[in-house]
Amino acid sequence: MSNNCQPNGHTRVNNQPLFHITKRKALPWYYTWGIRGAAIVAALLTCAAVTSLLTGENPLEVFQTIGYGAFGTTRKTWILLQNLAILLCISLAVTPAFKMRFWNIGAEGQVLIGGLATAACMILLGDKVPNAVLIATMVISSIAAGAVWGGIPAFFKAKWNTNETLFTLMMNYVATQLVAFFVIVWEVPKGAGKIGIINQDTMAGWLPQIGDYKYLLNILIVAMLTVAMYVYLNYTKHGYEITVVGESERTARYVGIKVDKVIIRTMLLSGAVCGIAGLLLVGGTDHTITTTIAGGRGFTAVMVSWLAQFNPIVMVLTSFLLVFLDRGAGEISTVFALNHSFGDILTGIILFFIIGSEFFVNYQLNFRKNTGKEGKANV
Amino acid sequence: MFDLVSFIPRAVAQSIPLLYGATGEILTEKSGNLNLGIPGIMYVGGICGVIGAFLHEQAVPADEMTALSAIGIPMLASLIGSLLMGLLYCFLTVTLRANQNVTGLAITTFGVGFGNFFGGSLIKLTDSDVPSIALSATSNYFRQALPFADGLGWFGRIFLSYGFLAYLAIIIALASAYVLKHTRVGLHLRAVGENPATADAAGINIAKYKYMATCLGSMIAGLGGLYYVMDYACGVWSNDAFGDRGWLAIALVIFTIWKPNMAIPASILFGGLYILYLYLPTGMNLSIKELYKMLPYIVTIIVLVITSMRNKRENQPPESLGLPYFREER
Repeated sequence: MSNNCQPNGHTRVNNQPLFHITKRKALPWYYTWGIRGAAIVAALLTCAAVTSLLTGENPLEVFQTIGYGAFGTTRKTWILLQNLAILLCISLAVTPAFKMRFWNIGAEGQVLIGGLATAACMILLGDKVPNAVLIATMVISSIAAGAVWGGIPAFFKAKWNTNETLFTLMMNYVATQLVAFFVIVWEVPKGAGKIGIINQDTMAGWLPQIGDYKYLLNILIVAMLTVAMYVYLNYTKHGYEITVVGESERTARYVGIKVDKVIIRTMLLSGAVCGIAGLLLVGGTDHTITTTIAGGRGFTAVMVSWLAQFNPIVMVLTSFLLVFLDRGAGEISTVFALNHSFGDILTGIILFFIIGSEFFVNYQLNFRKNTGKEGKANV
Repeated sequence: MFDLVSFIPRAVAQSIPLLYGATGEILTEKSGNLNLGIPGIMYVGGICGVIGAFLHEQAVPADEMTALSAIGIPMLASLIGSLLMGLLYCFLTVTLRANQNVTGLAITTFGVGFGNFFGGSLIKLTDSDVPSIALSATSNYFRQALPFADGLGWFGRIFLSYGFLAYLAIIIALASAYVLKHTRVGLHLRAVGENPATADAAGINIAKYKYMATCLGSMIAGLGGLYYVMDYACGVWSNDAFGDRGWLAIALVIFTIWKPNMAIPASILFGGLYILYLYLPTGMNLSIKELYKMLPYIVTIIVLVITSMRNKRENQPPESLGLPYFREER
């Protein structure tokens, strides 16, 4: 065991590496969250340093600008909450699949197709049926569309073990092109290349608004979904089966779980929740559809879910962190006339730090004492 | 009539970024690392080349440039940029044993953001007075085709009309195929990807091979981004123009069943599918074009399904693909 594959392994005495790595036993929760918190603080400091380097502003004011972008006005706070709700919704959707070790990176397409189904109902049935019936149709069709889009790769995965990462990824682009196709079919006016606000006069198919709060309904729906998903994953038979399949497919077979069925069922659910996100975006927020309506959140959701260790409640925090940074970075870009992709850079930095910090949660470095005997020291 | 003489050069020009990306990803995956960061790394490779060329063009007037510096500076910048991204990926996944999918997606988020940010803000950040990033002087050096290509009619257009990076892509792909299949280094690399525990027992340094293959793969993929801006887009950077080519490159890896030499015809086929919509008849209905654009993705899906159905042993991915290696955990 002397030749460890560590880069620092060359600094040896007596042919022993300076340290070796062992897996930790389970740490108390405050320890793990302490490590993660430290990583986030370090990441925020790095973000501030990078920002001041690029803008010449002092780091304290950078934080101030970020805070203003996120919570500066009531309107900004509502937008933050709305973005948080949608990102959280998509993250909830991908979670059961990930817990099963099914790498669904096709949430983007499942959201799009759910949105497309919603828009189709709004456009085709807009003036023909009562509003309540229309909204019911929208809900059903968006959920069904998302479920089908998630179910297709799952079927092939279950039947022939087709690589789901690439399959779901390709389904994103198929969905994007489908939307692009229908945008041209339905464009208003002809040749505009976009649909514009659907049913602007009649507001047919617009999800109801609670009081004066435009986004409140979305937020409430996602809050309920969060609780429901938490219960589903932790306290139901389905949730248990998902965990077992994720831990070990062989064990699952051995105890009599029908793995194929679980894979397909879970992906139908995952797609269906994505479809709801599409419904909320098209029916509840934008009242139009474009190819970029999901805006990369299908990919961000993967990371939100993973960072929260697949725990729906913790996902509220992780998605808040990412949305907060994104809104803050947007403010910085506006103030300093920089490109709006700045948020992605900051998101990337935060992610790198948290991803790296997981190492210190799961492993420990055991330093060798200079006396030649091995000693253990926690880091 | 379908115009092959104009179609093929365009398909090939489309295919070169895919070929770079696919070759890079094949090398990476052969070491057992599934790098979903390739799309981001290609952006970084492209934008670093642009930054290098931009600063160079700002400092040196066009008529004083030499071919060596005009090509060398952007290329070096591009290679360094993508190398750093590769190192970051390796540090997180090999040294810190993080989840490869999540790390890759984070790299892609970061890389695409990095590209778009500097593409959109470079002029502001350097306080220059140019309206947009158009590096035509540098681009001309990259696009320089063989001088006698024009005189050879259709043959010249199909085979000799490309910039040097296109030929370099093919040479790199062939060289990687040779190294993987016929050298000791290639054998070791494949062993690392198939079964790191066995390779480790045979005395192969797992971390070293993973680092080398992934970083080299990143640098190759980064050249794809460089080719795209400097040659294909004539030195004009526009945000998000590179699009989903990085993801298609990853899909190509499966399409070619992990063989870099197969990546050459496969990427040309994909390049063709990518632009086929420009050549197919649409009649009066323009919306059909959007459906034609689905072709490369649909074909990828079909190939994925067929290869998984046939399930031949030699067509399988490296066995430890996507799994971190931890010696003490056997």
